[in-house]
Order: sequence, then C-alpha cells, then structure tokens
Amino acid sequence: MNTTPQILRILPEVILTITGVLIMLTEPLLAKGKSRRPLGWLAVIGVMAALAASLYQYQLPAGTAFFGTVKTDAFSVFFHVLICGISLVCLLITLDATKAQTEGMGEFYALAVFGTVGMLFMTCAVELLLVFIGLEISSISTYILAGFRKHTAKGPESAIKYFLLGSFATSFFLYGIALTFGATGTTKIEAIAALIASSATPKLAIAGLAMIMIGLAFKVSAAPFQVWTPDVYEGSPSPVVALMSTAPKAAAFAVLLRILYRAFPALHGHWVPLIWSLAVLSMFVGNLGALRQRNLKRMLAYSSIAHAGYLLVAFTAFSAEGIAAASFYAVTYAAMNVGIFAVVSHVGGYEDRLTLVDDYRGLAYKSPLLGGAMAFFLFSLIGIPFTGGFFGKFYVFTAAIHSGYVWLAILGLINSGIAAFYYLRAATALYTKPKESAQTAPIPRVTMPLLFALLFTVAATLILGIVPGRVLARAQAAANATLAPAATAAPVEAPAAMVQAVAKR
Amino acid sequence: VLTEHILTLMTFWPAAGAFVVAMLPRNGRIVRWWALFVSVVTFLLTLHLPAHFVYGQAGFQFVEDHAWITSPAIRYHMGVDGLSMWLVVLTGVLSVVGVLVSWKVIETRTKEFYFFFLLQQTAMIGIFVSLDIFLYYAFWELSLIPMAILIAMFGRERGPRTAIKFFLYTFIPSALFLVAILWLYAKTGTFEYPALKHILATNSAMLSANALCWTALAFLVAFAVKVPVFPLHGWLSDAISDAPTAMAMVIAGKLGLYSILRFNLGLFPAQSREFAPWMVVLAVIGILYGASIALVQTDMKRLISYAMLSALSFCTLGIFCFSLSGLDGAVYQTINEGVSGAALLALAGFLYERYGTYDMERYGGLAAKLPMMATLFVITGLSVVGLPLFNNFVGEFLVLSGSFHAHPGWILAATLGVILSAAYMLTMIQRVFYGPESKMVTQQATGDISAREHLLLWPLAVLMLAMGVFSPYWMRAIDQGVANLANPAVQTISFMEKR
Repeated sequence: MNTTPQILRILPEVILTITGVLIMLTEPLLAKGKSRRPLGWLAVIGVMAALAASLYQYQLPAGTAFFGTVKTDAFSVFFHVLICGISLVCLLITLDATKAQTEGMGEFYALAVFGTVGMLFMTCAVELLLVFIGLEISSISTYILAGFRKHTAKGPESAIKYFLLGSFATSFFLYGIALTFGATGTTKIEAIAALIASSATPKLAIAGLAMIMIGLAFKVSAAPFQVWTPDVYEGSPSPVVALMSTAPKAAAFAVLLRILYRAFPALHGHWVPLIWSLAVLSMFVGNLGALRQRNLKRMLAYSSIAHAGYLLVAFTAFSAEGIAAASFYAVTYAAMNVGIFAVVSHVGGYEDRLTLVDDYRGLAYKSPLLGGAMAFFLFSLIGIPFTGGFFGKFYVFTAAIHSGYVWLAILGLINSGIAAFYYLRAATALYTKPKESAQTAPIPRVTMPLLFALLFTVAATLILGIVPGRVLARAQAAANATLAPAATAAPVEAPAAMVQAVAKR
Repeated sequence: VLTEHILTLMTFWPAAGAFVVAMLPRNGRIVRWWALFVSVVTFLLTLHLPAHFVYGQAGFQFVEDHAWITSPAIRYHMGVDGLSMWLVVLTGVLSVVGVLVSWKVIETRTKEFYFFFLLQQTAMIGIFVSLDIFLYYAFWELSLIPMAILIAMFGRERGPRTAIKFFLYTFIPSALFLVAILWLYAKTGTFEYPALKHILATNSAMLSANALCWTALAFLVAFAVKVPVFPLHGWLSDAISDAPTAMAMVIAGKLGLYSILRFNLGLFPAQSREFAPWMVVLAVIGILYGASIALVQTDMKRLISYAMLSALSFCTLGIFCFSLSGLDGAVYQTINEGVSGAALLALAGFLYERYGTYDMERYGGLAAKLPMMATLFVITGLSVVGLPLFNNFVGEFLVLSGSFHAHPGWILAATLGVILSAAYMLTMIQRVFYGPESKMVTQQATGDISAREHLLLWPLAVLMLAMGVFSPYWMRAIDQGVANLANPAVQTISFMEKR
C-alpha cells in the first residue's frame, strides 16, 4: 500500500548526512592554516540539494516510512523547507563573517550540517524516541558551535551554560517520553492520542506531557525557561546565533505542535492554560528584559524570547488556523531574524567588534545598504505593515481572537508596543550621527555570500509582508495535514477525539 | 484608463520616486530636482480627482477593488468621496511645498531625507484612499516610520528621543486599534469599509452594545492621539519642534481627523454620539489650553505647535456636534489648518534659515529689513486668527454656528479661543517684526524673500484668501461627503442651500 520508496521520505536528511561526512573526510586533506572556504561552499551545495529534495517531497503522497517512525506530509515538508532555507542563509553568513578564520572551520561546517539533519528529523519524526534523537543531534551540534570562539572568555562560558541547562532540559523531555510510554504503552505520536482518549484518568500521561513541554519550552526559550538565552547569544559567534535562534526553535515548535495536537488533543484542557501562561510570561519577560539592554545581541536574545511568546499565542487557538498561524510565524521570524544577524555578523564581525546598540550609530550613513537592511528588519520585528513581521503577528492574533482569546491578543499587542521602543531605539541609532569620541572601525566590504544572504532575507520578508498568500496556503496545508485522520498507524478515534474537543469549545 | 487606476498611481508614484532616489548618486542637486519633479507630478495626479469628480453621485468614486489575500479576506480596495477628495489634493499641495521648503535646509543626507519624505507621501495618500480597513491600517502604520526616522535624523534638540516618543504615542493605541479591527473581522468576516458599514448599521452580526462601545473607543483613541485631542497631545510640541519643517507640516491634524470622521462617525454613529459629550469637553479644553500655552511661548515652533492644538480642537468640536454645518466646518478647518499651518511653519523655517534660531526674544524690528517677509507673515497670521475673508473664518464660523444649539455654554467658552488666537498670533508678529531692532537682527545681514520662497508662499497666501472667499467651491464636495454622517434626526439645512 506504500509504494513510495522509503528512502525518498528521508531524502534531505540523507543528502545532508553525506555532505557532512564528505566535509569531515575532506578537511584533513587541506593543508593546515589554509582557508576552509571550499568546505563551506560544499556545505552550501549540500544544503541547497537538501532544500531541493525537500521541495521535491511536496510531490510525494503523504505517508510514513521505516515502521511508521517517519512521516512526510505537508506539515513536515513545510518545516523541512524552512529549516533548509535557514541553514543555507546561515552558511552564507558564516562564509562572509569567517573569511579570516581557518582553525576548526571544517568542523564548523560539518556541525552546522549535522545539526540541520537533527532538526529535519525532529520535524518529520512521528515517534517520540526518534524525535528525541533528532533533538539530541541538533542540540549537541549547537552546543559545540556556541563555544566556537575558544579564545574568548564568553565563548566557552556560553557553551557550557548552554550545554548544562540544555542537557537538563532534554532529560526532562526524555523523562516525559518515559512517563507517556508508561501511561500508554507506545511512543508513536498518533497512537498515543487514541489510548489517552480512551483512558479515564490519564494522570501519568498528564505528567508526561508536562515534562515534554518543559523540555521543549527550554529549546524555544520560552519564559520561565529562558535564562540561558542572553548569555549564550552574547557569547556565541553571530552566524551561529543566526542559526540557533531560528532553526532549532522552528524544529522544536514543530515538535511541540505535533505532540500537542496529534498526541494530546484530548488533554487540551490541561495544556492550553499552560501554553498561554508560557506565552504571556515570555512576551513580558522578553520585552521588558530587552528594554534594559544596551548590548545589541542581548537585546535580540530577549526579543527572541518575546517572539517565542507571540508564537505560543497561536498554539492556544487550538484550531487549524492556530497551527497555520504558528507555522507562518516561524517562517517570518526566521526571515527577519536571520536577516538582522546577517548584518550584525558582517558589521560586528566574527569577533564582535561592535557590541552596544550605540556602536551601530550612523551605520546607515557609512553603508546605506547594511543600515537600510538592518532598519528594515527592525521594523519587521516591530511588526510594521508591508513586512513579514506584520502578517506573522496578524495571523497569530487573528487566530487567538477567533478562538475567543481577545484578552490574549490585547496583551500581545500591548507587548508589541513595548517592543517597538527598543527596536526603534536601535533603528533610530542607525540614522543618528555617531558620537565624536567613538572610534570608527571601517566596515568590511560586502561580499558575495552576504549579498545573497541579504537578498534572500529581504526578499522573503517583503514577500511575506506583501503577498503572503502562497506561503500561507502552504502553512494551511501543513495545519490540515497535522489534523488529518491518520492513514495507517493510529486508530480512527484519534482524530475523532480532536474533532470532539474542537467542537466542545 | 487613467481614471480607473488614478488612485493606485497617485499612491505609489511617490514610493516609486523614493526608490529612484535611493539609486541616484549622492548629489544634493540631482536628488532635490528629482524629488521636486516627483512631488509636482503627485500634485498634478491628485488634481485629477476634482477634475473628474461627479458631484451628486453618492458613494465612492474612482474605485479600485481587487482581491489581494484570500484568507483572511483582504482586498485591495480604494476609493474617494467628498470627504477625502480635497484632503488628498491637500496632501499633493503639501508635498510640493515640502520639497520647496526643504530645498536649502536639507543640505546633508539629502538622499535619506527625500527617500523618506516621498515614502511618507505614499503612506498619507494611502490612508485617505483605502477602503479596506486592513489596507488602511497598513498605510497608517507605514506613515509612522518615515516620520520617526526623519525626526531622529534632523531633530533640532533631542531627535532620537522625540522620534521614539512620537512613534510610541501613536503605535501603542494603534495596537489596540488592531485588536479592534481583528475582532470586527472575526465577527463580521470582512475588512471592507462599505460592507462593515452595512453590517454594523443593520446589526446583522448581532454584536453586543458593550463590545461595540469598546471597539469604537479603541478606534477613537488611536485617531485622537494623531489629531491630537487633549490630553493625548504630549508628543505634539516636541515632534513639531524637532521635525524638519516639511514633516512638521503634515504631522498633525488631517490624518486623525479624517479617520475619526470616516471610521468613528461612519461605522459607529451611535457610539460616537455616546462619546460626544466627553469629546466636546475635551475639545473645548484643548482650544483654551492650547491657546493659553501658546501665549507664553518664546519659541516660535513651540508656539505654532500649541496654536495647532488649539486650532485642531476646533475641528474635533465641529465633528462631535453632528450638525451638517459643524461637520462641514470641521473638514474645511482641517484643510485650512493644513494650508495656514504649513505657511506659518514655512515662514518660521525661513527665519530660522536666516538667523538660526526660533527664539522670539532674540528677534525684533525685522519688518524694516524684510518687508516682504513681514507682509506674508501678517497675511498668514490674519488667516490663522480667522479674519473674515480668510479661510479660517469660514471654518470656525461654521463650527461654532453649527454646534451652538447643541452645547451653548461650551461653545461660548470655545469662542474665547478665537480671541486668544488673535492675542498670541499678533504678539508673535509684533515681537518678531516690530519694535526696536534687536542686536541679532542688526548684526546679521540677510536678504528678503528669495524667488523660491515667493514661489512657495504666494500660492499658499492666495489659497488662503480664495478659500475664504470662494468657499462653496470646496464645500460642494465636502457637503456631499459628510451629509450622511450628520445626525439624521436633526436634518440641518445643507450649507449649500443656505448660500
């Protein structure tokens, strides 16, 4: 009944794994101290191939493979394309920012590629253990990448902090899986739903769900599990921050969506309040925290916490519209955040020459292209119309209002007002004369990879802001795929429980 | 074909011009001439509207309506009626004035300036012509950015701070306004103004009065900040004194007032009437408060900003009395304020170009040295004061007479504002142009009005006079636009018929 060759269902992962291995094998062949850029280009080509493979997966009929552990449907392919896209742009940014670096760059590219493999597995896995493996692959790669500037004090600090808290969180996640397995006897996401719906008091499953949510909330840096974010962002190289603030988060959100909507729809009475508490806390902690920051990367770290909060607002809607809004938001956030880090990593460089918001004063005069792009991304983060950020917020809050959460939308939009303040402070700084005393480091020449990265992100942000129709249609298809009745593994009751639960509202 | 797409063309032409500015070489002269060309063309395009407007035809004209986003149902829907038509033309006029007034002042960073200046024109025209609330909101928010950045770039004292203050003042209420829009959409399934109006008028969506009241309030607050209505005027004085003259001309007034008329009165007539007593009181306080603060200012730009607060409160007053002549007067006064306020700011800007200060204490006895400047200043001043034969007289008279029957006590108090306006305006003229020559004026030799300044000021002066004498020409369209907003129960005789 499943005529599609199984390998096609994990084609992007296979391509990337081969690429990563190739990079590892080629690295020793290059002379010591010689530029590792060819390896970077190899990684770019591999990721482009994986992107193409992901797009190709849209042609496949939805279905599972490898004993029902992996599923390709509109949902997983949507996130595949997104993660490959992010990874591609981040590699371009790395190529631009690390022109002078040679030491360890081979591992850098290999780790970035392997990390991407993990994230891809997270989005297409429908079996909790495979999700866990994907999560671990992606996390371990990012832990190492975060500490890549070994010679600075902050580099190893951020890596260790990230690693310790991160492994703690993953163990929560694992514990959650164990409890769920204890309650239901299965780790297959779609089978869990039916078993929970039929059990009278699924206390064990509730505990398992709570653990799983804690683990994932850490990964998406939702408050109160956000403490690591500012330090890690500050200590990591900017290209790595570009990657880890978007791609692993998108993957973790995808996992969260799938687990909540597919495995635990029957318990939505329990998780919806948890989610909106996380959302409200994240929005306030993120935005109020960012207000106080003078350091640009720390400010963006807090802003990413806030954006995780906005995204979680969409979860509360508990509807196809909510899933579509969350998926769409993940795309817009990725486009604008990767874009802004492209500028930051170019202007600030691998070694973070510029750290404070004030250091960016007058950037728009020194380089209209970089300053203009950065201002554009900041306005998109505020959520100004005709940028992706606006439609992202728009769909999220529409979904919330449709489900009766008007107060949540009001809180969210008040937050976007607070956020406007710090984004705007940065945006106006770009157009203010630099202080006389400030030493003016010359801005490096814009290189080809950076130009492509900027072009890609600016175009994406604009397209999402002006003609979001196609991406939104894909997001809606993803949402429908998540809620669609399971083809093989799960009994029919699972979606029925979902429908009932929705109808009750 | 032109008539079919005129609104799209005039809305996006300045933006297209702005992107050409971004491509031009960093040469002040080329950029300047290009911006002038773009704004003159914009103005000519806006003139297409009155030339082809069909009087007596109800509803919107020059309509463009295309699908934009299918889900949620957002349409690219534009149209103009009597209410918005002259405001669009005013925007066109002020865009030419804006380029001319910036000609000499903006010498560095011209590219950035004209890029954002032209973008601002697009946003403003877009606000006036959008009939899909979503589209409207997009332009509304867009209009904040060029303004904020230009204030930050060219701010006189504390540019970036003022920019952020201005931005937040408008942005935070408009976030709540967005919630209101989304809620309306969730309940009615449409963003389109005509459809919404119909649904709300027939209450076919079965919305509770309480919820509607909050929605209307969210709309009103967002717009009232932009007017500004007392006590939401905190940003005005700083913004006007820090913004480049060309931007200060368009920062207050028309956008907010138009939006109140279009959306609050159009969509929520019953709720607007509930708010009316409060708004009338706030308007009268605004008139008197603005005028009294203006009396004690020594900085010309700050004086003008408080004078604006006072003058714009007259418009608010006219709106919330719901008589036809009050509404006519409010719209007319909005346009007047655009013209006279622009002229006044331009004149103050020209003095600043010559002497480098807005401080009135340092001026004195200028009339002997700059006779033409003095003449034009006096003409503008008299227009602002509301001397008969000038534009403001018509507007203020209509507002006061149209609203007198509703709130006689408050209107009497408001009339005091007219007297105060004479006091501060004439004091300013007296201090700057008459009396003994100050040290600064004696020391700094400058020429009288230049050709460019003539070119800018005389048309405005003529316009002030023409709008005072031939008011029915403009009133025809306005009357038609506001007719259905007036209280149907009172049925005031139309202004046209009175003449």
